[in-house]
Amino acid sequence: MEKINVKINGREYAVTKGATVLEACREVGIDIPTLCYLKDINAIGACRICLVEVVGARGLVAACVYPVDKEGMEILTNTPKVIAARKTTLELILSTHNRKCLSCVRSGNCELQKLCRDYGIENETRFEGEVIHYDIDDTAVHMIRDNSKCILCRRCSAACAKLQHVGVIGANDRGFKTHIGSAFEANLGDVACISCGQCINVCPTGALYEKDETAKVFDAINDPEKIVVVQTAPSVRVGLGEAFGMPIGTIVTGKMVAALKRLGFDGVFDTNFTADLTIMEEATEFLDRYSKKENLPLITSCSPGWIKFCEHYHPDMIPNLSSCKSPQGMFGAVAKTYYAEKLGVDPAKIFSVSIMPCTAKKFEATRVDHSAVEGLADVDVALTVRELARMIDQAGIRFTELPDEEFDAPFGLGSGAGTIFGATGGVMEAALRTAAEVVTGKPLEKLEFHDVRGVAGIKEATYNLAGNEIRVAVASGIENAHQLLKSVKSGEKQYDFIEIMACPGGCVNGGGQPIQPASVRNFVDVRAVRAAALYKDDESLPVRKSHENPDITRIYDEYFGKPGSHKAHDILHTGYVARPKY
Amino acid sequence: MKSLEELRAIKAQMQMKIGIRNDDSATAHVVVGMATCGIAAGARAVATAFTNEIANAGLNTVAVTLSGCAGMCALEPIVEVTIGDAEKVVYVKMDAEKAARVVKEHIVGGNVVTEYTIAAAK
Amino acid sequence: MYRSHVLVCGGTGCTSSGSQQVINTLEAEIKKNGLEEEIKVIRTGCFGLCAVGPIMIVYPEGSFYSRVSADDIPEIVTEHLLKGRPVKRLLYEETVDGDNIKSLNHTNFYFKQNRVALRNCGVINPENIDEYIAYNGYEALGKCLTEYTPDEVIQIVLDSGLRGRGGAGFPTGLKWKFASGNRGQVQKYVCCNADEGDPGAFMDRSVLEGDPHSVLEAMAIAGYAIGANQGYIYVRAEYPIAVARLEIAIKQAREYGLLGKNIFGTDFSFDIELRLGAGAFVCGEETALMTSIEGKRGEPRPRPPFPAVKGLFGQPTILNNVETYANIPQIILKGAAWFAGMGTEKSKGTKVFALGGKIHNVGLVEVPMGTTLREVVEEIGGGVPNGKKFKAAQTGGPSGGCIPAHLIDTPLDYESMAAIGSIVGSGGLIVMDEDNCMVDIAKFFLEFTMDESCGKCTPCRIGTKRLYELLDKITKGQGTMEDLDKMEELCNYIKANSLCGLGQTAPNPVLSTLRYFRDEYIAHVQDKTCPAGVCKDLLSYEIIADKCKGCTACARNCPVSAISGKVKEAHVIDKTKCIKCGACVEKCKFGAIIKK
Repeated sequence: MEKINVKINGREYAVTKGATVLEACREVGIDIPTLCYLKDINAIGACRICLVEVVGARGLVAACVYPVDKEGMEILTNTPKVIAARKTTLELILSTHNRKCLSCVRSGNCELQKLCRDYGIENETRFEGEVIHYDIDDTAVHMIRDNSKCILCRRCSAACAKLQHVGVIGANDRGFKTHIGSAFEANLGDVACISCGQCINVCPTGALYEKDETAKVFDAINDPEKIVVVQTAPSVRVGLGEAFGMPIGTIVTGKMVAALKRLGFDGVFDTNFTADLTIMEEATEFLDRYSKKENLPLITSCSPGWIKFCEHYHPDMIPNLSSCKSPQGMFGAVAKTYYAEKLGVDPAKIFSVSIMPCTAKKFEATRVDHSAVEGLADVDVALTVRELARMIDQAGIRFTELPDEEFDAPFGLGSGAGTIFGATGGVMEAALRTAAEVVTGKPLEKLEFHDVRGVAGIKEATYNLAGNEIRVAVASGIENAHQLLKSVKSGEKQYDFIEIMACPGGCVNGGGQPIQPASVRNFVDVRAVRAAALYKDDESLPVRKSHENPDITRIYDEYFGKPGSHKAHDILHTGYVARPKY
Repeated sequence: MKSLEELRAIKAQMQMKIGIRNDDSATAHVVVGMATCGIAAGARAVATAFTNEIANAGLNTVAVTLSGCAGMCALEPIVEVTIGDAEKVVYVKMDAEKAARVVKEHIVGGNVVTEYTIAAAK
Repeated sequence: MYRSHVLVCGGTGCTSSGSQQVINTLEAEIKKNGLEEEIKVIRTGCFGLCAVGPIMIVYPEGSFYSRVSADDIPEIVTEHLLKGRPVKRLLYEETVDGDNIKSLNHTNFYFKQNRVALRNCGVINPENIDEYIAYNGYEALGKCLTEYTPDEVIQIVLDSGLRGRGGAGFPTGLKWKFASGNRGQVQKYVCCNADEGDPGAFMDRSVLEGDPHSVLEAMAIAGYAIGANQGYIYVRAEYPIAVARLEIAIKQAREYGLLGKNIFGTDFSFDIELRLGAGAFVCGEETALMTSIEGKRGEPRPRPPFPAVKGLFGQPTILNNVETYANIPQIILKGAAWFAGMGTEKSKGTKVFALGGKIHNVGLVEVPMGTTLREVVEEIGGGVPNGKKFKAAQTGGPSGGCIPAHLIDTPLDYESMAAIGSIVGSGGLIVMDEDNCMVDIAKFFLEFTMDESCGKCTPCRIGTKRLYELLDKITKGQGTMEDLDKMEELCNYIKANSLCGLGQTAPNPVLSTLRYFRDEYIAHVQDKTCPAGVCKDLLSYEIIADKCKGCTACARNCPVSAISGKVKEAHVIDKTKCIKCGACVEKCKFGAIIKK
């Protein structure tokens, strides 16, 4: 990387040539505030908070996009002129902003709030004037949009269009009347939003947030009639700690279980268990389709954001989807059947809660057409990690001081293959570990399938299992999924098995994870750090293949018989429906 | 259009037709009397003849205009030809044939057709 | 062969005054009198003297008829066309000098003008490519392709000193040079900014309607110079006549092989497509225009990267204004030195101004750069009508500043205007007299830019709104001296922090009027009065008791019954009810009602 000599705030430095002023200053430990900049997603120079002085340039320049490409460039990031401008920009934003921080879900984690504090804003009403009223949009299953808190950074619409290839939200009207909405001011619940929640992840303020269902869960816990069980997705154990100030990528499985038990859940279980169950069903399904060469490529179905995208935009690919429920779905299913029977209780008394890194799981929970028990949802409430964190805070549980505790039986054991579900490529690798051993009949020498690991948007590999060529592909982020499907439909590429996750990087970057501000996301690949922790966790676990999980063996022996059995199909499999685009 | 030559050919052709749209650039003026007496005597045909002969001769800086009664109604159709700074030449009792000759010999050739002038008529 | 050509102006101004009916009647009358073989009727573009339209010129005499109506036509045909007797009373008065008829070029309006960009407007039929060719059309393109290398073309444009006529005044040759690298190795585009959004500006419209081929030819020359084979003209949809004329011109040029593959038999290919705007002033901004062509929401992008490096569809692109292009063919044919010989040291050539407001000769004028404002207002414009005094001229539309009366000798060129806080801009020149309130003028322009803001960046989206609210307060008599300071601070902030030219120049009218007419602002703030008598909330209507005869005419005509009084007794206006419509002033025959 070529270096270039520049002067920043009067001192000389050598920084990467061609980097933006923002990145170059970060290289030497100088922070420039931003509001609209989000690396690779939104570099539009709109908010004007990052403006700095560059000697000789025509006016102030936006640090987030201005390139450092001239030897001897002189950059000044904190002159009185720059500071005064930043303050005025903040004051102007405040003049149209809903300033009720006390009741805002992002208070304490709001990028606007932080800047106002950093710059000592004293007069919120210096530029008081007209404020346009916008109705709150709570029509979507999973989230709420409150335009009174929107600062029009455009990060949400960029994520929706660029990252996710969905583009159902964008700027409507112009000038002072600009606001985020859908085409023709349609409600969010009425457009083909896939519920992935990436927009929430990138929103700097409290304008976008998940629908809070913690009250329902507290009510169920406090209801003596209800048996409340909870399942925790793989990615939760790596994300939850961030909500309590722990470093990104800390595995907190034991504390997570301890917290849930102290919250009063009757059964604290591991979704990794049903991840293993999904592998058993799906590997069987794959081998079956592969031998018949029917409906290939098989595409995974555990990401409800991907499923919703497929139903809206590629209904012709529905036959390719795996009929398996997601691990969340399978858990809810066995909770209300196998578990209820084991306890000898009426399944209606079981209240099944899930903790997910995901907002689309709230949508998945509403899919009751194929519930295991007629009239009962498989999952009653799907909570995001953020909601769980709020519950823990409200209950006065000091998370970081908790001891490590173990999951409950009979769904407490998850293999390493299950835990890596949270990373893109994890499901594929887990499936391969099982399929390989089934097909070759021999144990694997190496359990790691590195070709399908990593944060690249599309990954592909070909494996030879006992003379069978298995061509696989992995995509995360719907823009990448779209590209992948395009190449498959055009015949350019052929695959047998495809894993698609709606969120870029996989569930570790799900729409329900603790929100990391742009000041972190722009410089740290949060997805990679969280995923790496999961792979490390996998290495440390005693059981690393789904079919070697004794809890799995037991459930088949006691209940389902064998993978793909009639009972398994009844309870653990589901169906899909084409949905209109408009 | 395959070459600059083709463009210039069109230009040359057009300039003939629109040359008159220039206020001050006429190098010669032909004024045809078109009052009632002139019209009765057939001045319209004379004006048309001048226009056509000038066009055929490829001259695009000669302006043909009309005027009112000059007074000498017996000598109509009357045409005044002024070339550049030279003195005005008055032609009388003109017709289409004579017009052609005036164009050829006077306007193009530079020689006044004396026998058609007012001096000769007296 | 026609002995006479009659040119009738078909520009938008004259068309809305009925020039099409004039043409129809003219053609009918010519036929009636059997003159079809002798007289040719041509519909041309704008002559410029819009104040006296519809306009008609009869050649070869050069008789300039003004305010022609269809009813005048029979007389003109029988008297002038048939008998050669121009109808004096219908001629433009300034050309009538006793018995002589002066040439148009000697009238006050045209005498100091030098029509370069407008050379063909009012002279040719814009819907006939042959007429464009007759006036040296496409010669320049042919010359470039056969005699000059692309670099030589760029050098000519550089040497001419031509600067962008859209407002920024950036050296055109330099812009082309920046985009000229890697010719033939990468896709490039040539764009034309025909969005002309400044309210009251119609320079580009007249060129597009009156001489569209000049733009096409110039774009092809630009394509040759930088190595592009595709051009886009982004024209506002509010110019339907311009759009239609461009479509016809492009079609005709393609038919002649002057657009398309292998032009003039060389290996240079170039084609042009139209893209229509949809009513956003901000899409006249370079990067917003390109974003709009790409099919996205028309919002500007930060620069760098500049369009010459990364523009339309991410490719090297040059964008020039219509008027800038209109100058190019002449520069090629007559040479850089000819163009540089006009104007001032740093501002070469001519500029088209759209003269409007309180001035006699409203219309389009093209003068050498450096012509003073006084010459334009008093000589060419014919001065301020109704005996009023010149107060200021707003140049550059909503992005510009005002030139007060004491600076009326300011030369109209880029540097001189910038020095006094204004800009040449695209050429709008609005004249104001003592009855205009400068605070109200600033508010008018700011309301426009506030409405047209795209909303992307904070300073413009929220700043212009808050600035407007302050100005509005002041015009309603609710402003304070602190508001004036806050306004000035906000203006400087918006100027320094906005993402694009719209925001960066939106405060100019406010800053400029604050600089030269501060006392008017202070009168609004401290005395709660509007000296020019414009801001309604600060006006009060009063009846002077001594002059009032008690005729009750005012009371009877007041729409809100705010006037009371007995017959033959002095009347009184109830100021709390008065809506300041002015009806009473109009009805009073004794001048007893005044506006304060």
